[in-house]
Amino acid sequence: MNRFPSLAFRAALAALILFSGVSRVHAQGSTPPPAAQQPAPDAAKTPDAEDSNPFAPSPAPPLPAGMTGSDVNDPRYKLTPGLYDAGETSMGLKHLQLLKKPDAFQLGTTDPDDPKVAKTVQQLGIGGGMKIPKSLQVVIAELAFSNSDLAFEGDHLFQGNFYGMNIYDISNPGHTALLTSMICPGGQGDVSVYKNLMFMSVEMPNGRLDCGTQGFPPEPPPAAGHEKERHLPAAQKDRFRGVRIFDISDIKNPKQVAAVQSCRGSHTHTLVVDPNDKDNVYIYISGTSFVRQAEELAGCSGETPDKDPNTALFRIDIIKVPVAAPQDAKIVSSPRIFIDPRTGAINGLNNGGSHGKDATKPVEKAEDTNQCHDITVYSAIGLAAGACSGNGILLDIKDPVHPKRVDAVNDPNYSYWHSASFSNDGSKVVFTDEWGGGLGARCRPNDPNHWGADAIFHLHDDKLTFASYYKLPAAQGDTENCVAHNGSLVPVPGRDIEVQAWYQGGVSVMDFTDPTHPFEIAYFDRGPIDPKMLVLGGEWSAYWYNGNIYGSEIARGLDVFELTPTQFLTQNEIDAAKTVRVPVLNVQDQQKLEWPANLTVAKAYLDQVERSQALPADRIAALRTAIHTAESSHMSKSKVAKLQSMAPSVEQSASSAKSPADAKRLQALADILKHPSA
Amino acid sequence: MKFSARTCVASAVAPGSPVSAKIRGDFARVSRISVSGILPQPFSAKALKMFNNVSQQPLDRSREHQHKLRAVSGTALLLCAMLIAASVPVNVFGSPLRAAQTASASQPVVVQPGAPGKPSKTLPPSTTGTLPARSQADVDFMQGMIMHHSQAVEMTALIPSHTDNKDIRLLGAKISSSQSDEIKFMQRWLAARGESTSMAMPGMSGMDASGKPMALMPGMLTPEQMEALRNAKGAEFDHLFLTGMIQHHNGALIMVKDLFDTAGAGQEADIFNFATDADNTQRAEIKIMQSMLEKKSPEEKR
Repeated sequence: MNRFPSLAFRAALAALILFSGVSRVHAQGSTPPPAAQQPAPDAAKTPDAEDSNPFAPSPAPPLPAGMTGSDVNDPRYKLTPGLYDAGETSMGLKHLQLLKKPDAFQLGTTDPDDPKVAKTVQQLGIGGGMKIPKSLQVVIAELAFSNSDLAFEGDHLFQGNFYGMNIYDISNPGHTALLTSMICPGGQGDVSVYKNLMFMSVEMPNGRLDCGTQGFPPEPPPAAGHEKERHLPAAQKDRFRGVRIFDISDIKNPKQVAAVQSCRGSHTHTLVVDPNDKDNVYIYISGTSFVRQAEELAGCSGETPDKDPNTALFRIDIIKVPVAAPQDAKIVSSPRIFIDPRTGAINGLNNGGSHGKDATKPVEKAEDTNQCHDITVYSAIGLAAGACSGNGILLDIKDPVHPKRVDAVNDPNYSYWHSASFSNDGSKVVFTDEWGGGLGARCRPNDPNHWGADAIFHLHDDKLTFASYYKLPAAQGDTENCVAHNGSLVPVPGRDIEVQAWYQGGVSVMDFTDPTHPFEIAYFDRGPIDPKMLVLGGEWSAYWYNGNIYGSEIARGLDVFELTPTQFLTQNEIDAAKTVRVPVLNVQDQQKLEWPANLTVAKAYLDQVERSQALPADRIAALRTAIHTAESSHMSKSKVAKLQSMAPSVEQSASSAKSPADAKRLQALADILKHPSA
Repeated sequence: MKFSARTCVASAVAPGSPVSAKIRGDFARVSRISVSGILPQPFSAKALKMFNNVSQQPLDRSREHQHKLRAVSGTALLLCAMLIAASVPVNVFGSPLRAAQTASASQPVVVQPGAPGKPSKTLPPSTTGTLPARSQADVDFMQGMIMHHSQAVEMTALIPSHTDNKDIRLLGAKISSSQSDEIKFMQRWLAARGESTSMAMPGMSGMDASGKPMALMPGMLTPEQMEALRNAKGAEFDHLFLTGMIQHHNGALIMVKDLFDTAGAGQEADIFNFATDADNTQRAEIKIMQSMLEKKSPEEKR
């Protein structure tokens, strides 16, 4: 019975040893093959034991030549496992709360008499007859109830889930409370909000217009001799794949007002607010899965462009939503953003070629990019960054219905371009590579730290140029799914800081002010859900919103954090970040951050120029004293005048600062001193 | 808290249960630790409370230990109850009552929207998640794909002894490692659902019930094609490998299409995700192999 798997495993092991860890990205011809290595002695005799237990994690292949892995001495590497009681460690991040996933979003099958449950339990070595433990419930339907992305509006947090949505009250972040569980399956539940409207992505075939949980009926078992006959049509008029729109005027009773169907469904979507159009908002749909039959949705074709120029591949879809009449929302354009402008070919972009050290080497022509995974728009600068499977692309979105590609990059170390975020000044873009799709352990000591990492690019004159990689510095275990995932900016003035989710690698806060030298300034991590098998979990998204960091934990629930001061980040800098208050946050609809010209922000700049030694210590001390005196005098005229008198010398220092970052900080500090407020 | 839920479950394992040697070994080790009393008592009591519904196993040493723990936690609970009961009795003995009292505006609600334009309905707070009925097509797909992937791995295993072509070696390593990983995933998916990890094979050894050779999955190389591949060397092998693997991968695309074209299939998130990923990566590899073939052909003509 186990003949096939056994053969397969042996062959796989043989191949792995022979090729000593050359992996998929290499196969595109970017790196010379490393020398063969001797197999580890115990690796050679494990096949049968491993094979008998499919739940045991696969051994990590050796590091390819010339690559380095992550740090095994980091305290995050060996934390004790557990679903709700795993070991935890952090630096600069305080964990305030974990709200467990509500029961409505957990599998209800706890029937010990179910023979399938018993068999699974036995396979896992837990003995028969008992009720199924919670961690096992997670295993049986890992993704079906998985938490996904986050959006925020006012005091409300919206947590997407493959099974629907949960809405939380975050008016007191340390005492966050569940308000509404909305059941509406269809995966992956990517979410955005705009005023009284909530948008939700649906891509899976179980999605129903009526939010039903039953999906669609499977074929009954065939009678003997009739195995090939089909009785039920696969096409279903009640199936829904696309973007749902809900009215959330009553936060405890969301009502579906529209459901806009699309050929590939919506894996992610991006809310686009046109600064010149108050009546409509737009939704960019990124679809990554199969194109459905034309019998189900007219006009859908999954053919290659040479067979059908109207193929649903090689495009994104754009929905126009009239804000006052969302029920009239519909797809208004399907731009061919992968077109080759010279030939007109709609599959004109491929991920061959490279940046970086191997740029001169010939590269195989690889897959044509036919989809975007996610798009981040930055309307303030008229650009969008698309993470589009084989490429990172830059779109001009000044006309939001007709985005045009202005640049595209690729990277031999990148497996799957996943998401993007701009620095606040629009001079940098951080892309992520979701190597292994998020389901695999990719932060093990032997996983190269250029694979499954962030890639930071300079952005200048609509051109992207590579600067560096950033990967979670701490190694993770082989039962922890881990790779770069969703993050947002932390609004510390004078610095570019991103907080980011790394699945079971936890949350990592990174400074990329100098894009060639990104470094970690804070983190939080838990041990694996399970020590013996990879149970899908970890942080899907980690976003800063109005003073706190929220993490969407796939299996466990919702995490709430706050930043705490360390050598890398001062209390003044944290306080300055908290001065930025936004009414709404959809991370992929990036908004320009603005800081008030007050002394809280000035103190943050002072800490930064002290750290970088851009001002002599005595001048910093004098400035601090003057600020403190002005504050304790409740901004008396004379003390304010004193501050104003110090502005010119700071401005002068700005003009002679060593680094552009310090020049900006000093200039911003001088501007505050000219017109200080408390 | 620095201890694992798994450990608590582990201490409830009956050692005689038929489990894999590896897991049993580890669990036994954990059990011994907890029996030897290293575990801090307050933690154990709490952990036990958490898992008291899974620790109803008869006998063995850990059972004995749990018994003591339960007595400890029971005593603690009783003490607590008495203390609080003296002051606010209603809060201790009336948890259902308390739930009813607070089921007001502050209580979370479970709602299920209707179709667009239709009202939403409120569901009871006790609602738990349900999944669509599992389709036999899902199980067939996974079992069939294991068989399908296994042949790809078998093909790549020939590479080291059959060709020196660097590009083929790199490609082979990539296919081998990703497909082996996926085989593991599929085995896990099937095992977690109590399904066999191999296809039902009446009569075994590649024959169906009537003694004819088993139908291969789409795109799989026939025994004759496999034989030809085994007997080829160098450039001839490279060519047969590439054309064979393209044929093989195209078969996987057909399998994915068939899955999603089957009523009620592919509705579960794990299989949906897996099939979608498999489709994407194999499409990419076909492209790569096609361009390798194109690049090679002028050389061969010379």
